[in-house]
Amino acid sequence: MAIQQKTNKEIFLNGIFNENPIFRLALSMCPAVAITTNLLNGILMGVSVIFVQICANSTIALLKDYIHPRVRLPIYSLTLATYVTVIDLILSAYFPVAYGALGLFIKLIVVFTFITMRLDVFARKNTVFPTFLDAMGMGLGFLWGMMVIGGVRELLGSGTLLGYDILGFKPMLFFVLPASGFFIIGFMMAIFNYTERIYKEKQSKRRIPA
Amino acid sequence: MKVIKYAIILILIGLICGCNSTGDRFVLKSKFQSKDSITITFAGAVDDQWAKNKDNFIVYEEPDPDIRLIIKDVLLSPDKKSVEIFFAEPINKTVPHCLKLKDISSDGKSQGTHDITVKKFYFGNLINILVLTMLVQNIIFVKYLGLCIYLGISRKRAAAIGMGFTFTIVSFFSSIMIWFVYQKILIPFHINFIQIIVFVGLISLTVQFVDTILRKVNPVLFKEFGIYLVLVVSNCAMLAIPLLIAANNYDLFESIMVSLGGGLGFLLALFLMSCVQERLSLSPIPPSFKGMPAAFIMTGLFCLAFMGFSGMALF
Repeated sequence: MAIQQKTNKEIFLNGIFNENPIFRLALSMCPAVAITTNLLNGILMGVSVIFVQICANSTIALLKDYIHPRVRLPIYSLTLATYVTVIDLILSAYFPVAYGALGLFIKLIVVFTFITMRLDVFARKNTVFPTFLDAMGMGLGFLWGMMVIGGVRELLGSGTLLGYDILGFKPMLFFVLPASGFFIIGFMMAIFNYTERIYKEKQSKRRIPA
Repeated sequence: MKVIKYAIILILIGLICGCNSTGDRFVLKSKFQSKDSITITFAGAVDDQWAKNKDNFIVYEEPDPDIRLIIKDVLLSPDKKSVEIFFAEPINKTVPHCLKLKDISSDGKSQGTHDITVKKFYFGNLINILVLTMLVQNIIFVKYLGLCIYLGISRKRAAAIGMGFTFTIVSFFSSIMIWFVYQKILIPFHINFIQIIVFVGLISLTVQFVDTILRKVNPVLFKEFGIYLVLVVSNCAMLAIPLLIAANNYDLFESIMVSLGGGLGFLLALFLMSCVQERLSLSPIPPSFKGMPAAFIMTGLFCLAFMGFSGMALF
């Protein structure tokens, strides 16, 4: 067993802030750009990723003693593919309209890099409960990122949130276009970098007199 | 070398099997004649009375079977072997049309009901699909797939070209294999709901196959491209191409064109971006935007440029 260095709370918060899959690791950007034209798509995508990640991580954590390290990558793919098939069939049955836009990307959860990475980095070396927390944190981090991008784009592009009229006018139609996703993510990352730089400068200034 | 020979023979057999696309004996040819008519050629002479009855022909566009096209007139050629169907409105030639010919009667005998699909001039259609998947539906700038690899690899030009070529080769072989498994095994046995699992497995298999062959045949090339092969497996663009082929129900040659077009489009995108990145690394940009944010905004600009291709069709 791996040595438990972090507390459960730290494990849970790690995915939400420190290693946020979208803004920090910049992994699995495809859905973040392509389908976040409105908030509902972002929420559905995030929830399905949470489901797949929790199930797959727990499965791997349970079965880790029986998986030979040399064949671990194909086994990860197959485990993910099984759960993705489940969520794919569920969404196509209950959300047929949104599934039209999401369908391809739901299927592509199989090859999302950050899920495979968590399986290899975390689930392989830990017991079920910390793995569950880690998956939950990572998934919530992803959901949070998707919701922010989707919300900003829907609000600026069509002046609505979840279909309800908020602003009453359409500020910038440009943000409904798929290409604007790149601009939004680019500017958000720049804001993240900027705040981090300011924060570090303040800290270093505080340290020098002391 | 033996392995390559066997592989080539297998592919050729596959191509020959895949050619027989209509599989219909009595209806020989069908094509778009003018802007509002379709011509059908039969193997034998058909009866006047059958051809005159407009109710015997049901025509619709493949995506929406509920909207029947209105037939204005049906004309039988003098040798009675071909029929020209005129429509009330000009037809949209970019969409395949489905024709249902009810109880074809020839010399008083019934030949049964035939379902045929009319597509555009075949070779032109293939070129069209190639250009369409390469530019109009570019896998990175229009479909937004494979971004992880795209952002990770595109810092050096040599790496970008290597990755693009490896991707094209693997997607070519994997889509041939996946087309066969999907059309000949998954659909006949009605198990296409497990397509994701099967496709992921087949892609890993193809990568292993290309890896083994390249290692034996051309070690120099392997040294250069070997590292990219592993990356290709976990690429969402690699899985998206077979999923698109399966969703659109393409035939073998069309699937090959989609895979080549997708691969070349990926190569083009990586090459363009690597050129830009090399310039960006030397130019003065605000420190907060250095690295990823600048790359994202550049990609956004490329996307806007590629939107200009939308609606383009060659033939």
